[in-house]
Amino acid sequence: MKFHPIRLAALATALSVAALAAHAADQVTGAGASFPAPIYGKWAEAYHQATGNQINYQSVGSGAGIKQINAKTVDFGASDMPLKDEELSTSGLIQFPTVIGGVVPVINVKGVEPGKLKLTGTVLADIFLGKVTKWNDATITGLNPGVTLPDATIATVHRADGSGTSFIFTNYLSKASADWKAKVGEGTAVNWPSSGVGGKGNEGVAQYVQRLPNSIGYVEYAYAKQNKMDYVQMKNQAGNFVSPDDSTFKAAAAGADWSKSFYQVLTEQPGKDSWPITGATFILMHKVQDKPGQATASLKFFDWAYANGDKAAADLDYVALPDALKTMIHKQWETLKDTAGKPVALK
Amino acid sequence: MAATLPADPALRKAREPGVKPADRPPTRRHNAPWADTVFSFLAHAAAWFTLAMLAGIIGSLVLGAMPAIREYGLPFLWHSEWDPVQDHYGGLVMIYGTLATSIIALVIAVPVSFGIALFLTELAPTWLKRPLGIAIELLAGVPSIVYGMWGLTVFGPILATYVQQPMQAAFGNVPVLGTLFSGPPVGIGILCAGIILAIMVIPFIASVMRDVFEVTPPMLKESAYGLGATTWEVVYKVVLPYTKTGVVGGIMLGLGRALGETMAVTFVIGNQSQLDQISLFSAANSITSVLANEFAEAGDGMHRPALLYLALVLFVITFFVLAFAKVLLMRLSRNEGARA
Repeated sequence: MKFHPIRLAALATALSVAALAAHAADQVTGAGASFPAPIYGKWAEAYHQATGNQINYQSVGSGAGIKQINAKTVDFGASDMPLKDEELSTSGLIQFPTVIGGVVPVINVKGVEPGKLKLTGTVLADIFLGKVTKWNDATITGLNPGVTLPDATIATVHRADGSGTSFIFTNYLSKASADWKAKVGEGTAVNWPSSGVGGKGNEGVAQYVQRLPNSIGYVEYAYAKQNKMDYVQMKNQAGNFVSPDDSTFKAAAAGADWSKSFYQVLTEQPGKDSWPITGATFILMHKVQDKPGQATASLKFFDWAYANGDKAAADLDYVALPDALKTMIHKQWETLKDTAGKPVALK
Repeated sequence: MAATLPADPALRKAREPGVKPADRPPTRRHNAPWADTVFSFLAHAAAWFTLAMLAGIIGSLVLGAMPAIREYGLPFLWHSEWDPVQDHYGGLVMIYGTLATSIIALVIAVPVSFGIALFLTELAPTWLKRPLGIAIELLAGVPSIVYGMWGLTVFGPILATYVQQPMQAAFGNVPVLGTLFSGPPVGIGILCAGIILAIMVIPFIASVMRDVFEVTPPMLKESAYGLGATTWEVVYKVVLPYTKTGVVGGIMLGLGRALGETMAVTFVIGNQSQLDQISLFSAANSITSVLANEFAEAGDGMHRPALLYLALVLFVITFFVLAFAKVLLMRLSRNEGARA
């Protein structure tokens, strides 16, 4: 039997269209924060291999993620900055954290051994405010006996684009310094005091800091680690100087009380080992789902990720959530309803 | 109408009324009477479509910027605070950054481009003209992000070490120059962005200049050479006056590109929305770079309208630059007529 080539092509097209249609049902789209994009990508890949379902995550930035979920162009949004409870209720959204990460001040100062410089929140704020302008200022040398600091002007580097990293960092500085809170405040983009430069993205800041002598900036922990940058020890709320790593991020996360609200910014958390500039990243979903099938598919993905994704998160220098928190998140998922008021089933 | 008729008597005969050429295609017009109408409609539509796009862009910019225009009005143009936390915006720093970098770019690019065009048309040996000309045109095709990366990783450090630091050491205490050269000598900033922009617009200006220089009638140039003029005198007094319309056009093309360049500027301008001194070394922001950096993350409130207001300002600046160029060209050509 001979197949006519055109008929064969038509058959193939029909088959692939059918396959696409079958596939589209299991496709979930999310958009938002760029900080967790690597781990979401990794999870999506592993999830696809395990279940055959596809998750598309577009790393467009937290602000754009919030806009897109409000416009319902995506199944879930992602933001590094948690929304306040009243904002959530006005826009009819729920939020839940996925992973925890830390923001790390990084420096490029000759003669200072990696991880040896110690700073407090107030001094860090004063540096970024332009009040402490030299590395050998008494406020810095006072914290660092035995470290030789050069008589050089400090060049500060900040994020030029709006970013959740900046939010966590400025939130910390606002908590640590009343002066910062009054003059600058917190946000994904702030009015950075003069004499600094702005880099685009974590990689932009990392590049500036590595290139500019006597500079200080802040990046996500993963960037600092992968680029082998010189980080700074920070004094936490308990008065101890701590270095940024998984255990100090975990300690900060453990101190937070998630039971009342998921609006938790993990900066300046109590606990003797807590890294003071820690933050979680969040997923946003609509409380009332027009497409319950899509919502179920999204929840299945996160359910799978919470159960199987901790190792991948640790490989990429994120910190997985504590188990107690995961249980709370599962409980919160039960509040999701479809338009008829029926709960969205996870299974 | 006689002046437009061809000089060749045979051809003239063919166009004179009443004389039919023997082999005229007979029936085509009758076959498709609608073809002309359709073609004319398509041509009209293409032209009007462009205008409609322009109107649409202006309309959506004005509409998007309306909240900011209502809130801040014209003082937006000369207020310099840009504070997303307090939700208060003024565009002075970005407007200044855009204009300053473009002006620096032109100050550098125009003489260099003139030199390139002069060399290519008057001085270069014939075997060098083509490869060199092609190489310069190729430069115009390099993606702008490449210039940005190069500026950030290679040129910035060189500028910091070999230009900024010595200049600060030399002029730091001189009253006016000292202010121009103050600020942290980190390499990136207005000066760096201006120089990178200059490198980017040189191919555009140079290739336009070369093209117009080449159309100068050889007779004019040879007459001048015959009268004993030097190469410089020929270029300055014969070629340049003859081609000034094209030269101004080329410069405006370069200025338009410099005003609108985004990626390369974002890399090297430093992205700092505050400027408390008029220093060439300090980091600043241009309209395009602040749009590239902040638009995706712009939150509620005035942030997005303020950014769109800035985009509208850039649109108006570009419009005025082009209008100014047109007026200049018209005045130049009128003067030419008067002189003739």
